[in-house]
Amino acid sequence: MFEKLKKAFGGSKDEAAPKVEEKVEAAVETPVEAAPEAAPEAAPAKPRIGYIHLSGCTGDAMSLTENYDILSTVLTDMIDIVYGQTLVDKWIHGTYAEEMPEMDLCLIEGSVCLQDEHSVHELLEARKKSGLIAAFGSCAVTGCFTTFARGGQQAQPKHESFLPISSLVKVDLALPGCPVAPEVIAKAVVALCEGDLDYLKPAMDWAACDKGCGCDVLTNVIRQGLCTGCGTCALACPTRAMGFSEGRPSCDRDRCIKCGSCYMMCPRSWLPEGRIKKETGL
Amino acid sequence: MVLGTYKEAVSARSTDSKILDVSQDGGIVSALLCYALDEGIIEGAVVAGTPDEDWRPVPTVVTSADEVIAAAGTKYSMSPTLSALKEATRQYGLEKVGVVATPCQTQGLRKAQAYPFTRFVAEKVKLIIGIYCMENFPMASLDTFATAKLGFDSLQDATKMDIGKGKFWLTKDGEDNGLAIKETHGYEQAGCNICNDYVCEWADVSTGSVGSPDGWSTVLTRTDDGASVFNAAVEAGLIETKPMDEVKPGLPLLEKLAKGKKDKNNAERERRAKMGVKVPTIY
Ligand SMILES: Cc1cc2nc3c(=O)[nH]c(=O)nc-3n(C[C@H](O)[C@H](O)[C@H](O)COP(=O)(O)OP(=O)(O)OC[C@H]3O[C@@H](n4cnc5c(N)ncnc54)[C@H](O)[C@@H]3O)c2cc1C
Ligand code: SF4
Ligand code: SF4
Ligand code: SF4
Repeated sequence: MFEKLKKAFGGSKDEAAPKVEEKVEAAVETPVEAAPEAAPEAAPAKPRIGYIHLSGCTGDAMSLTENYDILSTVLTDMIDIVYGQTLVDKWIHGTYAEEMPEMDLCLIEGSVCLQDEHSVHELLEARKKSGLIAAFGSCAVTGCFTTFARGGQQAQPKHESFLPISSLVKVDLALPGCPVAPEVIAKAVVALCEGDLDYLKPAMDWAACDKGCGCDVLTNVIRQGLCTGCGTCALACPTRAMGFSEGRPSCDRDRCIKCGSCYMMCPRSWLPEGRIKKETGL
Repeated sequence: MVLGTYKEAVSARSTDSKILDVSQDGGIVSALLCYALDEGIIEGAVVAGTPDEDWRPVPTVVTSADEVIAAAGTKYSMSPTLSALKEATRQYGLEKVGVVATPCQTQGLRKAQAYPFTRFVAEKVKLIIGIYCMENFPMASLDTFATAKLGFDSLQDATKMDIGKGKFWLTKDGEDNGLAIKETHGYEQAGCNICNDYVCEWADVSTGSVGSPDGWSTVLTRTDDGASVFNAAVEAGLIETKPMDEVKPGLPLLEKLAKGKKDKNNAERERRAKMGVKVPTIY
């Protein structure tokens, strides 16, 4: 099963079935943050994954499930989902105060509403309980849509401030996208199971990211004399906010939802040469 | 390797006069696209057309040989090709797509395949035909070459555009007008100054004019898929080939130009990094 998955998503072919325990250790020992103090009693057989739904639309969780071909393998053989409202019925909330379990990786979807005490609590708690935290989808990474929230609506007119999760806790891994694409989720999960930190490095370097906008390509690419007019940013844009003028991207800011995908995908922001060579054999 | 990883290098041209009449060089790009469409290897492709016949390239989705041939020929300005890839997979609903791409466009595409942050697009690309590229120009630079430097009334008067033998050529009224390449320096887009790929090292098949005689192309087959499409098109009689070492100037010139581009532009990359200006992060 593992072999099939790895093949499907371009994992290393030469390696025998990985010892999951070791790999998870390796992943948890990443530069970012030490595993939680309370060590798990027994080494986990599979990575324990949690999913937290803050102010998001569930699109990112839907994306995870859109890996139809491999979903059952992932869920039964590769990972244990130990926490979450949508994928398993286990979460902490106001009256039903079950304790949050230890997680190797916690995927957090949505931004955090500062005026929602429970969301803030769940996020802070997740940080204590998780080896790695992934900002899962653009709302968690940059705020995306919720950047525009301003309160004044029933039934909680005071709910007005929505922040990317890295504003409150240290994030280890950012997977932007509105929603984050099924394929990249699958590739990231396989990389995590294999301890392939090389693959995850760009997402780790993006972890501190807390804003995104169509203007990023203007500020960080065109203005730096780097743009080649290749069009990848427009390919990445989910709202078709990115047009072109004189061979340069030009963002219609009334369409832009601030997901950050355009700059993330631009080959002049970062280029995964090693990985491309490995996947193409070139 | 200064030409990247490749299986075979040959000099080649299309055997179809309909293609050769309009193609830039040996018509390899168009011949391969037509073959791949015919065989169902791809259902359509993204190319650079000029709908207004004003030399401004516009990314275009083509699904027939006629459309491929209508888009033949080089336009020396930026075509945001990958933006139309989305159109190809969404509006056109194509499941198997070919792309004609310069090295920088190929980099964007390969990145999108390695890190598929955009859903259900990159996996549908089945054939990347790469074209060699030394540099590219804003439309206003091309206007300058035509009007201020060659004395045309307008760029539109030009019927063919080409770079070769040390000159930038514009054909007008059947006559070739050459501008020394030196005269074009400083008019290329700034992003090209840090580009270190000349022969489209990550394409499935790469092709360009340098190395082969006029009317012929130099072809490098790179991936298994690229080699199999090219070899099948040769076998089907759509492309004729000559061994590279039998043509002049051959690979030495291509290698020299590729190395020259890398050295110059890597130095510029370092210079910029030292100044504290952004350069791409390489993983
Ligand atoms: C900006 C630029 C610079 C180049 N520099 C060199 C060079 O230094 N040395 C060299 O040997 N070759 C160079 N080439 C490649 C060369 O000009 C031909 O494109 C190549 O040899 C293919 O010729 P062909 O007869 O096989 O293609 P054809 O059958 O004529 O087809 C050409 C294809 O290229 C596409 N195309 C045209 N303009 C563009 C564009 N701006 N961006 C993306 N696709 C485009 C067309 O849509 C068409 O599909 C350059 C090409 C471009 C676009
Ligand atoms: S992806 Fe980057 S280099 Fe390409 S057109 Fe957009 S901003 Fe320019
Ligand atoms: S321009 Fe598009 S891709 Fe870029 S941030 Fe805005 S919505 Fe996202
Ligand atoms: S020189 Fe490089 S950056 Fe410039 S157009 Fe050609 S491939 Fe793109």
